[in-house]
Amino acid sequence: MLALLVAQNIAFYIIAALMVFGALRVVTCKNLMHAALWLVLVLAGVAAQYILLAAEFVAITQVLVYLGAIIVLFLFGIMLTRTKTGTDDNLNNSAGARRMAALIGVLLAGVMGYSLWDGFGKREFGELTVQRTAEVSDSIFSTYLLPFEVISILLLAALIGAIVLARRD
Amino acid sequence: MTPMLASFDPPYWLSTVIKVLVVGAVVPTTALILGVVFLFKIMSWMQSRLGPQEAGPRGLLQLLADGVKFIQKEDIAPNGADLWVFKAAPLVVLSSTLLLYVALPASAHLVVEDLDVGVFYVLAISSLSVIGVLMAGWASANKYSLMGALRAAGQLIAYELPMVLAVIGVVIQAGTMSLNGIVFAQNGGAVFGWTGIGNPYILTQFIGFFIFIAAVQAELTQPPFDMPVAESEIVSGYQVEYTGFRFLIFFLAEFATAFVFAGIAAVMFLGGWAVPWLEASSDWYYVLGPAVLFAKVMVVSFIIFWVRFTYPRLREDQLQSFAWKFLIPLALVNIVATAVLKVVF
Repeated sequence: MLALLVAQNIAFYIIAALMVFGALRVVTCKNLMHAALWLVLVLAGVAAQYILLAAEFVAITQVLVYLGAIIVLFLFGIMLTRTKTGTDDNLNNSAGARRMAALIGVLLAGVMGYSLWDGFGKREFGELTVQRTAEVSDSIFSTYLLPFEVISILLLAALIGAIVLARRD
Repeated sequence: MTPMLASFDPPYWLSTVIKVLVVGAVVPTTALILGVVFLFKIMSWMQSRLGPQEAGPRGLLQLLADGVKFIQKEDIAPNGADLWVFKAAPLVVLSSTLLLYVALPASAHLVVEDLDVGVFYVLAISSLSVIGVLMAGWASANKYSLMGALRAAGQLIAYELPMVLAVIGVVIQAGTMSLNGIVFAQNGGAVFGWTGIGNPYILTQFIGFFIFIAAVQAELTQPPFDMPVAESEIVSGYQVEYTGFRFLIFFLAEFATAFVFAGIAAVMFLGGWAVPWLEASSDWYYVLGPAVLFAKVMVVSFIIFWVRFTYPRLREDQLQSFAWKFLIPLALVNIVATAVLKVVF
């Protein structure tokens, strides 16, 4: 058990380092298309972390939704609007916006770090059990049925809203 | 021989190495088989010609000769291309194909990883190749490539939905998302109490089978859904700037993906690696399973390629309305009907 967790920790830090590097490149590189492709690395890293936590179903959902749909939508949108290769010099924001972004980033990291430390700081890592998909679906459709339905309605409303916004007549 | 195979339990690293080597060998082999048998031979016969004759017996080694030719060619990239993305794109497409083979079971134990969510995994991974296609189209710095990639993305997004929805009927009937579980469910099933041939889901899910095959055809961008690579309109779309072994990788990925999708269809609708009159738990499947699966894959591939060689290309708007106005509603009706019948019986 201990040996397994050592391997997991090493894998976690390798993947986490890759994700941080990818995330930095997303905001620093000078080409929108490259930024979107670096984002692929970050989102794939999230899926890999889920697999390390033995949550197959969540990991595959991450791949299907984020890599298969959202990234493709990003790439599609970028290709329809700005399609040139090479660097783009108009991507920098003004100094004020940068300061604001830095402030929000620090605040967010502080709040999330504090709450995670406060909530889980003394928690020992329990035994990892592989999460069966049948159990996930059982709990979604019994214990969490109401939130599930509410989310469905929310998504439906968003869909209808998008159609209303996009219609010309 | 079978007990020896059953007791073979190598350490983790060794089994991983073996699995990687097997997938690495199987993927080009399957692409080669489909290419030679269908693209060269059966297509020729359907068009009343002989096909390749010179290389090897009856020209069967023609594709190997072509492969060697591709590898020898100079590796050319266009001047304006974004080199990194341009070179990485075929590899993204190929790795999506390689990952698909991970879930395909050739017998109860002869599978790289018997995933609990096999069907879901296959659908998720197959959507990754679009990223590679978009990368190729954009990085080529060529308007035909870009147009092809946009068409490909629109088409793959549109046909992913019917594919997912078609599979749901099978999952409802089998009660599991594991591909091996689906094989066992079909082998142990019964048609109105008659257990003679088990219950291959093509009997009850023939609508699902039809939708799945149509969606596979579109995902592979084969005629009649080949607008993304339409050579007469946009000179092969996103592949136009690729040459030599990079083009070979696209070619390999296309045919290997055709094989693995035919395999998934065989597993879900035709009973997979099992034959009806032999229990699925039998040890015989260690040797029999791959052969049975291969035979079924060839049958499904024949359907896929038969359609490819005989139908003309659809128009872009016909393609989209076929998916959204016909296949998706049909798949939804199929799901409702399957769910109701599942509860009733």
